[in-house]
Amino acid sequence: MTEVALRTAALRKDFGGLTAVNDVALECRVGQMHAVIGPNGAGKTTLINLLSGDLAPSSGRIEILGRDVTGLPPHRISQLGVGRSYQRTNIFMRFTVFENCRLAAQSRLPSSMRFLRAAARYRAVNEAAAQAIELAELGGREQLPASSLSHGERRQLEVAMTLATQPKVLLLDEPLAGMGGEESARMVELLKKLVPGHAMLLVEHDMDAVFALAGLLTVMVNGAVLASGTPESIRANREVQEAYLGSPGHE
Amino acid sequence: MERQPRALQVLLAIGLVALAAFPLVGEKFYLQFITKLMIMGIFAMSLDLLVGHTGLVSLGHALFFGVAAYALMLLTPEYQAAGFWTSLGVSLGVAALAALIVGFFVLRTTGIYFIMVTLAFGQMTYFYVHDSSHLGGSDGKYIYVRPVLEIAGWSPFDLERPAHFYYVALAMMVFVYLMLRVLLASPFGRVISGIKENEHRMRMLGFATFRYKLVCFVLAGTLAGLAGWLAAAHDGLVNPEMLSWHQSGQLLMMVILGGMGTPSGPILGAAALKVLELVFQGWTKHWQLLLGGFIVLSVLLLPRGLAQLFESKRRD
Repeated sequence: MTEVALRTAALRKDFGGLTAVNDVALECRVGQMHAVIGPNGAGKTTLINLLSGDLAPSSGRIEILGRDVTGLPPHRISQLGVGRSYQRTNIFMRFTVFENCRLAAQSRLPSSMRFLRAAARYRAVNEAAAQAIELAELGGREQLPASSLSHGERRQLEVAMTLATQPKVLLLDEPLAGMGGEESARMVELLKKLVPGHAMLLVEHDMDAVFALAGLLTVMVNGAVLASGTPESIRANREVQEAYLGSPGHE
Repeated sequence: MERQPRALQVLLAIGLVALAAFPLVGEKFYLQFITKLMIMGIFAMSLDLLVGHTGLVSLGHALFFGVAAYALMLLTPEYQAAGFWTSLGVSLGVAALAALIVGFFVLRTTGIYFIMVTLAFGQMTYFYVHDSSHLGGSDGKYIYVRPVLEIAGWSPFDLERPAHFYYVALAMMVFVYLMLRVLLASPFGRVISGIKENEHRMRMLGFATFRYKLVCFVLAGTLAGLAGWLAAAHDGLVNPEMLSWHQSGQLLMMVILGGMGTPSGPILGAAALKVLELVFQGWTKHWQLLLGGFIVLSVLLLPRGLAQLFESKRRD
């Protein structure tokens, strides 16, 4: 087995009296897609916010690639090799598709405190951006402003930007949200391609996609882990069926 | 890097030639007037680096203009000239240091709070200077002799001569313009435009945005200091009004009028406001009413500023 790229232990986040994430322990290895599912309000997005550094945990520990990153700010976590995509599309609307990815790739320069040479002339940055665009199948759209893309394409761009930062760990917050059938299928194909080189944590409501992609499933309810295991074992788990998946006849 | 439309390039070239040729025909009054315009142009460009390019609306930018001007006054012995490079270096250094200190605090805030704390720092400095008798109090102080540039007894230009000062100001304005063009196309420039567009996303991409904003703030403060040094040397006078929020507000108006985040907008805005002021003052003593009306109209008709007349394409 490859090394564990992402590990949490006893992770907890309180908002006042509400415990959004409660004693969560999970692991994700490179080459593995770990999906977190659960009803709305289960704490899935909060969990991702903790892992990406958007929120600081109340207690517990987060390890990424063997390093303790608990409480680090988002830019430090990103620099350690963590890429995140957002549930609500979070891109630079007024920039072109290429510039969105170029800027993302530029973040991997040792420093952007460079004032003289034009940014467009950093060849390695341009290549990383072009590669991410290629991988996310946005070829031919490079010079369009991001705001002119369709919803599905914006989601693809979101993933492309994340890839342009060359992450080892990918945190994907509902990449299929609001997508039509064809768009979803394209995104699932894209995510499948990414599994071999990345440790991926996926939060998603689309069960068909989850069972098609994930090698490991964690079910969260009310901030806590209800069950964790292979897709087959989760499908067979009675507790999970009651809490979330609905009765067997229904599915 | 985005290119400017051909029409604007031609217009800029014509403008530059006209500016360069003007001292051959212009009267002294207009020579000095345009020198002031160019100084304000530098000042406005420095603010636009914050407002238009990084999305930081500052209402305290006159602080850096003012401290550099006062630094020149303090460095100038009575009835003697200060050294050109030393006084310029010290003035810029003081402005940069002030921007570093102020920026360190104000950049922790955003939006309306940023406007309020920059205003607060500006007014604090204003009242300090206003109430300090060794700085000349509310009247300010004169600088009787302009700085002198001498290299082993030889001086290439004499700031006491209006035409020479004019060319120095022109050279500095062109230098700042070109420097900002290069800067904005650089990786640093792309980072600040990303911060303006979506700072949160920049952080998630791994950029330590505070550091970039601070460097940008210091740069903008230093360039404002250049304008302040020039203004003090040119007018031969410093007073607390140079640091006041009126000054910061008028500057913001110039940037908005000219076009935020456009390369030539701030210069256009500074020139337009000062020229109109002069014209309207000649017509009526209620000139401020006319000027206000003009600004309202232009914001309504040209929401992206005067530069919109020339720059048809929307920039990144």
